[in-house]
Order: sequence, then structure tokens, then C-alpha cells
Amino acid sequence: MNTFNAAVGQPLDRVDGVAKVTGKARYAGEYPEDGLLFGSVVSSTIAKGRVLDIDTREALNVPGVVLILDHRNRPRLSSYDDDYSDADSAEGSAFRPLYNDRVLYSGQPLALVVAQTLEMARYAGSLLRIRYEEEPHQTDLDAALDHAHKAPAETPKPRGDFARHFADSATQVDVTYTTPVEHHNPMEPHASTVLYKPDGSLEIHDKTQGTQNCQDYLHKIFDLPKDKIRILAAFVGGAFGSGLRPQYQLPLAVMAALALKRSVRVTLTRQQMFTFGYRPRTSQRLRLGADANGRLMAIGHDAIGQTSRFEDFTEHLVEWSGMLYRCNNVALNYQLVPLDVYTPLDMRAPGAASGVIALEGALDELACAAGIDPLQLRRVNFADSNGNEGKPYSSKALLACYDQGAERFGWSHRNPVPRSMRQGRELIGWGVAGGVWEAMQMKASAKARIDAAGKLTVSSATTDIGTGTYTVMTQIAADAAGVMPQDVTFILGDSSLPTAPLQGGSFTVSSVGSAVRQACLILRTQVLEALRRLHPEVADVPVEQIGFGDGFVHAGDQRFAIAEVVAHCEGGALEVQVDAEPSTKRSGFATATHSAVFVEVRVDEDLGTIKVSRVVSAVAAGRVINPKTAQNQLMGGVVWGLGMALQEDTLSDHTLGRFMNHSLAEYHIPVHADIGDIDAFFVEEEDDIVNDLGSKGVGEIGIVGVAAAVSNAVFHATGKRVRDFPVTLDKLLQ
Amino acid sequence: MSPSPSTGVELHSIAFTLNGDHRTLNIPPWVTLLDLLRDELDLTGTKKGCDHGQCGACTVLRDGKRINACLTLAVMCDGAELTTVEGLATGDELHPMQRAFIKHDAFQCGYCTPGQICSAVGLAREGRANNRDDIKELMSGNLCRCGAYTNIIAAVEEALPHSGGELGQGGAQS
Repeated sequence: MNTFNAAVGQPLDRVDGVAKVTGKARYAGEYPEDGLLFGSVVSSTIAKGRVLDIDTREALNVPGVVLILDHRNRPRLSSYDDDYSDADSAEGSAFRPLYNDRVLYSGQPLALVVAQTLEMARYAGSLLRIRYEEEPHQTDLDAALDHAHKAPAETPKPRGDFARHFADSATQVDVTYTTPVEHHNPMEPHASTVLYKPDGSLEIHDKTQGTQNCQDYLHKIFDLPKDKIRILAAFVGGAFGSGLRPQYQLPLAVMAALALKRSVRVTLTRQQMFTFGYRPRTSQRLRLGADANGRLMAIGHDAIGQTSRFEDFTEHLVEWSGMLYRCNNVALNYQLVPLDVYTPLDMRAPGAASGVIALEGALDELACAAGIDPLQLRRVNFADSNGNEGKPYSSKALLACYDQGAERFGWSHRNPVPRSMRQGRELIGWGVAGGVWEAMQMKASAKARIDAAGKLTVSSATTDIGTGTYTVMTQIAADAAGVMPQDVTFILGDSSLPTAPLQGGSFTVSSVGSAVRQACLILRTQVLEALRRLHPEVADVPVEQIGFGDGFVHAGDQRFAIAEVVAHCEGGALEVQVDAEPSTKRSGFATATHSAVFVEVRVDEDLGTIKVSRVVSAVAAGRVINPKTAQNQLMGGVVWGLGMALQEDTLSDHTLGRFMNHSLAEYHIPVHADIGDIDAFFVEEEDDIVNDLGSKGVGEIGIVGVAAAVSNAVFHATGKRVRDFPVTLDKLLQ
Repeated sequence: MSPSPSTGVELHSIAFTLNGDHRTLNIPPWVTLLDLLRDELDLTGTKKGCDHGQCGACTVLRDGKRINACLTLAVMCDGAELTTVEGLATGDELHPMQRAFIKHDAFQCGYCTPGQICSAVGLAREGRANNRDDIKELMSGNLCRCGAYTNIIAAVEEALPHSGGELGQGGAQS
């Protein structure tokens, strides 16, 4: 049997790398057209009330202004709630842009000024005179905890008897962690360029994680035929969840294009990137009880998150506490408090990033209380099945993460006593935490076409938000079809391509990758059939002596160029489209990725400044398609975790009901100088159940557990436990 | 070539060299270099991330020095020699910094990348980054929300010694 060069598993350079380093990669707001108009959004300055009047006279006199849209003169919109729902909707009535005079939150878009230049549109927007009737608002979760209601989420039912076993436990902790509002802040602001075609159809370059989601949404709210709407997203400048739902710049730009029958671009400002979804503030009470050996006897996780008045946003906040460790007495509760704010939105590892902060922080506190090494405590409580579902994990190489992570970090040299490790004025702390994320698979479709030159073109409507989709799909397709990666072109980011789910939840490789693989495997069988027609003698070659690779069909001692076989096919090409379903093998199993994160912090004893000098993140995520791009995902997740631990915090002025630090100067994210050594790596994990690729997805797992590991390290360094995130020096010095 | 619509505004005539090409433009006084590049000259490689000089995505080189194009009025560039990310490569041959970014996978979404690369080329010409910590400190004006920092620093560290040469020899010269 021949062996071929496998593309999967190789650290291939990104196939879109040249486009990205030369500036040729075009993002949503960068498509030119002669006569393109620019829209500038005018936002509400009150948090709740009614618009009495918008005086547009002065603004309309600005040279170059062609239209000012508001709720009084916008094109017709659907009046049905269902039409505003989308593939990532929360329960309730989705926000309707420019629908009526109601103001539901501060920053709500109230008008769109359209002009010949961006500068004129923006200036004219500043001249709008908006009169409001203000109503009292509440934006403060902490002040409204009494108004919590049960979240409409399928939280796992309680198991065992939490109350009794918690009361009886030898060691108990009962602690409350709070996490702040955070904003996605992808570097590319949300933008839509709506190109109005002569036949009235719309070609739209949008910043989105779901081209077909946006197409559906516009189809429904504007009652436009789907075939008149094409959504394109060849490059997406980061999203992290912000593009999971259609954001308001899209319908606003479409309104202007429809009203004017002209092409229009709307790009949000950085300040306006704080006027839609965000990671919600949470308050989480963790109660853990353990026996003398550290075995968890009881886990109680009661979480409260914020939501809007119009939708109940839920995320998987508490589930992790019932599935990461073995425990028979578990009670998980999740409540929501509606506020006069916009609806929260899935943000990288939604629910897990914040929920695991509380779980892994409380676990560290339990380790201290019980006098057990925190890593050992986690080992003792290892679970090989998901207690929430009563199903075994398809694979869970978490113990290997503990072992290899500890080895690389040097965990065995840790002095368990807080404040025991120092260097000069710096207190040194070592902390550990675990991480977990679901390994999901969705339905997805893909098309594969190979031509007489041996060039393979594979397509799906998915996106590449920086995760490396173009590249990993190229690798998967190359191996499945038996061609070289350089002969593969993967096309994505187009609603007219085969159906793909939203790009989120770390399930793109699992879902779209499986569809790509299946399409290419079928293509391979078609090539073989064609070869047998061309060379009947090949039919006699036993199937185990047939192989595909490097652009050839290998049959026994002979080999045939795939390109030549295809050249003899009708039309000089072969084409296959498949609709892939989640693997049936999954049904009896729980599937998840796991991690162990080790962190070293250095805290200035006098000033309280915290520096993360080292992070080791050991991850079990099944088979890695591209080690280079996958490791980059993990490291990016770690950086997000560092931001979550120490910096990110969208602060409100509750008197005004408004986010105050809505800029990249005041909403702090990590910069180069904040980043110490990050050693993020994968442990071996084989899994033939999760999907045919054995690959679990890596977009989320990198962030989960990092913030808790940092905070646990800060406690180890200082002896001070900060449970209100982010952990900033003022809280440390209090 | 006039970038302004019929707005009755007095236009200012400026001339500069952009990626090796001599350009003469008539522009309103309030147009930033960033908006001029992106919206009028279709050089969208230079990115707008914040429009406030807080993110570095719009970093370009003016007379070899890195600047934020969003904080620079275009009229301030009269007589200047400008290089954007589109002008770094020579034909199909990438600049060493661009090659290093691909090799080290020093990006994910790619939106901060042109600014990171221009900033790093500017840094090389400043000649004051002597070690990895210097690079981190001196590149901290360029945010990367994807968090590709480790790879960016690896790329910059590798390419820095080869990136301090002449600018404006880019592919746009022809």
C-alpha cells in the first residue's frame, strides 16, 4: 500500500495569508462602488422612554446629505415578532431597528444619516435635535437581584440530595463570584456594504458569522424574496460571537438602499460597538462540600445573569459544575434579571468562560480549606462520564492535561503556602484551573468539484472569522479527495453556497469539515468509477490496493493522474454536493473538550500591580487538523482569559443608564506588553465517536479556566481572594 | 480625481508620494489620511479600528516613521512620502516582515495585521528595540483582539534585522 502526504495534521501556512499581509483581503466595509453613499448612525442618549421629535432640518441642509431615516419614514418592516428572530435568537421579542418611538436602551439607533461622504453624514448626524420623554430606568444588576426570574433554559435537573450532603460535608465552601459586562470588540467594527443592483437585488458584504442567517433575517423583516438577497463575507475581522446575530447596521443599510435605490455602506463607530450584544454580568454562588479526602460530596451553583426587557438571553452558565467533576449531589439554578439594556449575546465560550470562573475559583478555595493540593483535588474528582446526562465521555484526556501541563509548568515545585514565594518586591503565585467546552456537531452541506486540471474547488456558506476555516477545510478536502492542498480552493462566506450553520460554538470543523470530507470522499468514488470505465483492468485490482493521494489514483503498481481521469468525464468535471448529519455514533456519549491551565503571576507587594509571567495551557480537543492555526486559537483564548481576569470590564453609569468606557482606550484589553510566556499545547486524544474527523474544535476551550487560574494564582501570591472580576489592583489593595 | 462631492467646500491641493507613486489631490480640509486612503483611493489595506488613535490598525509610514492615519489630516501630508501595507512588497516578492508574519501565523482575522506590519517596519527603522521585551513595549500601540501576540512578536523578532532598509520601493512604483 502506498503512503501519501497527508495534509491533515500538518502546520500548513494559512492559505489566505498573503491576502492578509498585503492588505488585499477585503472586509465588509471595504467594497467600493461609484456613487456609494455613506450612512452614519445616530444613537439614543437616554436609556428608556419615547422619542417625541427628531428635528432634521438643520442636518438636511448639510451639503451632500441625501436622506435621514428614522422610525417615521423608514421602509416597511414586518410587524411580527417571529420575523425578527434568527439562528441565535434569545427567547422573547428581538429588537426592531427604527421600528417605533420607543427607546429601550442607551445607545439604541434612532436615525441613519445618509450622505455622499462619511464626514458629511457624521457631521449632519451631530445636528439632529432629538426630544425625548424620559422614563425611569434600571440598568444595575446588583440593585435588581430581587427581580430575578427563572431562566428559560434547560438546566440539568437536580440529582441526589445537595442540601443534606452539603451540610454533612467535612469541608465546605460557600462563596459568591461576580463577573462583569464585557464587549466583544473585534478589531473590525461592524459594517455592511449594500450594493443595489439594477434588477433591484441586493448584494451585501456584511460582517457576520452566518451569511444565511442574515439572508433569512432580511428576507423576513423586509419581505424580500430570498433570491434577491445575497450576503457575502469573504473576510471577517474578528467577531467572537458579535456576528452570530444580524446586527443593526445591516437592516439600517438595507433600509437606506431600498429607500434610495442606491448602494449604501454603514459602518459602526467603536463607540457604537458598545450598543448591541455583550457578555452579561453575572453573580454566582458556589457551594462545594467535600469529604476528608477531597472527594466532592455536594455541588450547588446558583447563578444570576442580566438580560434585557425584551429578550431572555440564556447561556450555559451552570452546566459545567455538574459535568466536569464526579459528584452525586448536584443542584444547579439559573435566574435572569431584566434590565433596561440591550440583550446580551454569546461571546467566546459563552457561559463557560464566566461559569467556570466561579466553579474553579471555589474549587481552589475548597483545596485551601481542605489542605489539599488544588491539582490533586481535581485529579481525585475526575469524572469519566457527564453526570448531567448520565453518559460516558467519548474521550476525555484531562488527566493527561494535568500531567503534561504540571510537568511543563513545574507544578511539583510549588510551595502551597500563600505569600511563600517571592522575588524581591514581587510576590509570586502559582494557580491552576480546569476548563471544559462542548464538542458539538451541526448539520452542514458542502459541494466539491474537480476539473480536468485536477483542481478541486470546495464550497460551503460558512465563514472564516480568523479561525483558519479556509486553511483547515483545504487540508481536509485535500486528503479526502486525494489531491495536493495547493490544488484545492475552498470558497466560503456566500449565502448562495451550500448550507452551513453559524460559525460559532467551536463546531465549524466538526460540522462543515465533516460535510467537506464526505463530499470529497464521494468524489473519490466517482473518480474511481470513471477510472474503471477508462481502464477496465483496474476493476480487477483489489479494493485494498486502491489508494488516493497527491493527485493520483494508485491501483496496484499503476497510478493514474486524477486530472486525466476527470478530463475523460462528461463535461470535463465531477461534482458532488452532500448534506452531512451529526454522526450517529454520538448519541450514547457526552462529547467535550477539556483543558488544564497553569499560571504564574507576579504581584508588586506595594502597588498591587499584577503581571502574568507564564501560562501553560494543556488542551485535549481530539485530532488537530492544523497545529499552527489551532495553537494560535488556543493562545488567543489564553489572551482573552488574561483580559477577563485582569482588565475587561464595561462600566456603567447607572444614573445615566449608559456604558461609560466605550472606547479602546478605556475598555482595556491585553496589549503586547501584557503578554508573558504562553505555552499552549494539545495532548494526544483519539476519538472516533465525536465525528469522522475525530476533531472537537478549538475556538472556545482556550479561554475557559484561564481567568480562574490567574485569580487562584493571585491568591497564592498574596493571600487575598478577589471574587469580583476583573481582579484589579484597587481590589487587591483594599 | 477630485475626492470631494459637490459640497461647495473649498478644496486643498496636496501632493505626496504614495507607495512610490506621485499623487496630486484636491481634498476638503477635514479628511483624515485614513479616510482618504480607504474611501477615495481604495487602499483599504489600512484599517479603521477605532478612529481615535487607540488601536493602531491604521498605522502607516510617513517619511519612514509610523503614524496613526486616523489622527492625521490628509492635508498634513503635503510633500510627504507615504507607505501603506500595499506598498511593502516588491511585485510578488513579499517584504521580510510580511513573510515572517505568514511563517509564524502572526494573525488570525487579519484586521490588525497591516497596522502591526507597518508598525514593525517603522520600529525596525527606529533602531531602538534591542530585545523581546523592547519589541513588546514598542509594539503595544497595536492591538490584536484575536490575541495573536505571541506569534506577532516571534515574527517581528525574526524579521526586525532585515526590515530597516529603504521604503517606497514597493510594487506600486511601476
